[in-house]
Amino acid sequence: MTKQIASWMDQFFFYFFNGFKGFVQEVGAVTIFAIQSMRLLFAKPFRYTEIIKHIEFIGVQSVGIITLTSVFTGLAISFQIYLGFKLVNAVDLVGPTVALGISRELGPVLTGLIVAARAGGAMAARLGTMRVNEQMDALDVMGVNTKQYLIAPRLIAAIFCMPLLTALFDFMAMVGSWFLCTKLVGLDSAVFMSKIRDTVEVHHINEGLIKSALFGFMFSVICCFKGFNTTGGAKGVGEATNRGVVISMVSIIIIDYFLMNFIRIYYIFTGVSN
Amino acid sequence: MNNEYAVILDNVQKTFDGKDFILKGIDLKIPKGKLTSIIGFSGTGKSVMLKHMLGLFKPTSGKVTVLGTDLSTLSDNELTQFRCNYGVLFQSAALFDDMTVLENVCFPLEEHRRNLTKDQVTQIALEKLKMVGLDPKHNNKLPSQISGGMQKRTGLARALALDPEILIYDEPTTGLDPILTEMVDNLIVETHQARPGTTSIMVSHDLLAAFRIADFVVMLDAGKVLLAGAPEVFYKSDIELVRRFVDKGTKQDTKPEAKTEMKPQ
Repeated sequence: MTKQIASWMDQFFFYFFNGFKGFVQEVGAVTIFAIQSMRLLFAKPFRYTEIIKHIEFIGVQSVGIITLTSVFTGLAISFQIYLGFKLVNAVDLVGPTVALGISRELGPVLTGLIVAARAGGAMAARLGTMRVNEQMDALDVMGVNTKQYLIAPRLIAAIFCMPLLTALFDFMAMVGSWFLCTKLVGLDSAVFMSKIRDTVEVHHINEGLIKSALFGFMFSVICCFKGFNTTGGAKGVGEATNRGVVISMVSIIIIDYFLMNFIRIYYIFTGVSN
Repeated sequence: MNNEYAVILDNVQKTFDGKDFILKGIDLKIPKGKLTSIIGFSGTGKSVMLKHMLGLFKPTSGKVTVLGTDLSTLSDNELTQFRCNYGVLFQSAALFDDMTVLENVCFPLEEHRRNLTKDQVTQIALEKLKMVGLDPKHNNKLPSQISGGMQKRTGLARALALDPEILIYDEPTTGLDPILTEMVDNLIVETHQARPGTTSIMVSHDLLAAFRIADFVVMLDAGKVLLAGAPEVFYKSDIELVRRFVDKGTKQDTKPEAKTEMKPQ
């Protein structure tokens, strides 16, 4: 019996440490990839055409889905908060509460998740297909810096587009919130607007926009890394896309928590009100 | 420096896991200006050796010298620039699927001949497409809209765009039908003859073509060079594996004999 328990423990620690080792290796590889990619952001030649092409794909083509999801997010969250605040006679605070929640947390996080799923998945699939179809080898042997040509424009486009999409999300979610509060549950429009003006400050919105740029960098690096290192044909492309999107989404949620704390500490040291 | 050889592999060894060696000490000199064919069974290290020549893999030990330059002495950026000396036709043609045929051929020129105007780039690309015999009516089609043979022609035109000193064909006829195979073989020979001084290296499973069109043949076996020389050397060789290869290569048209009699169901 003791031997069997020892054997189980052996197996447990073997799998645990192997898993941990794999995780550390993966994080290390993504970090190196991210550093190399960051250096390439400023390397010449600047590929304006490629950057614009990716801005169109990541940014412009995401406008519809962001608008739709943000309006309904604003409607749903406002209604839940309204129901809660009604119990304590604080319905005038629905607007500012939604505004703060959207601009600081929900806006950047949901935009990050949506764009990571849409554009990040496409990035991983596209690069993975190029890898298995020898198109990347073709670039290499043509004397083209593959990372500079394929990765850097995607990163620049994601970092540029995410704050804009987040701003759109914030605005449209507040339109949804305003519609619910003033047209459906009968709050006063002037009170709704003035409470938001009194509570929400520019740094609250900036906080969300800066976070979203970071999320853009994160999901594009992770998805590009997965696509760039694809092996094993069509199955490999599918796995790379899946893993790229899942890791990006989980990372966005986890990093958001740490960023939130980091920003709080920053506010304490700089004396900015929360 | 030896100017007779385009590529010299000096005791090149390669292992990916530190245990199993894919290349077990390759010593090879590929003559300049000739059409060289590299043959061997699957898994003998042909593609790995090719990637060493292209600088895509670094040898675990040994030295790879291309056009007098030791590739190990080049930095990543220098190696990237050095690769302009190569033109490669991949097995799948590896055309960029979001670019038209013409854009594919223009691409290397736009990357490396930045002093040229757009019109000049287009002009050169059109010349290369004409050289490989692709009908101009296909120039504005995407790779998915043209046949496999046309894709190979486009891939070759793209490989020729920068007028490389070394042309590499990575299993150019694998998976093609016999007529298309003959067309690609003829295209390789015509391209080689039209560009005197260019070194052509073809990795192939097609033994008939290897012996028919190559000036110099290299046979790999288990990560080593089994035999290298003119096709005649292979015909005269007593090495059993070479004999089997040559016999197989020259008897490809014969119908294989059934080992067991099939009973009607």
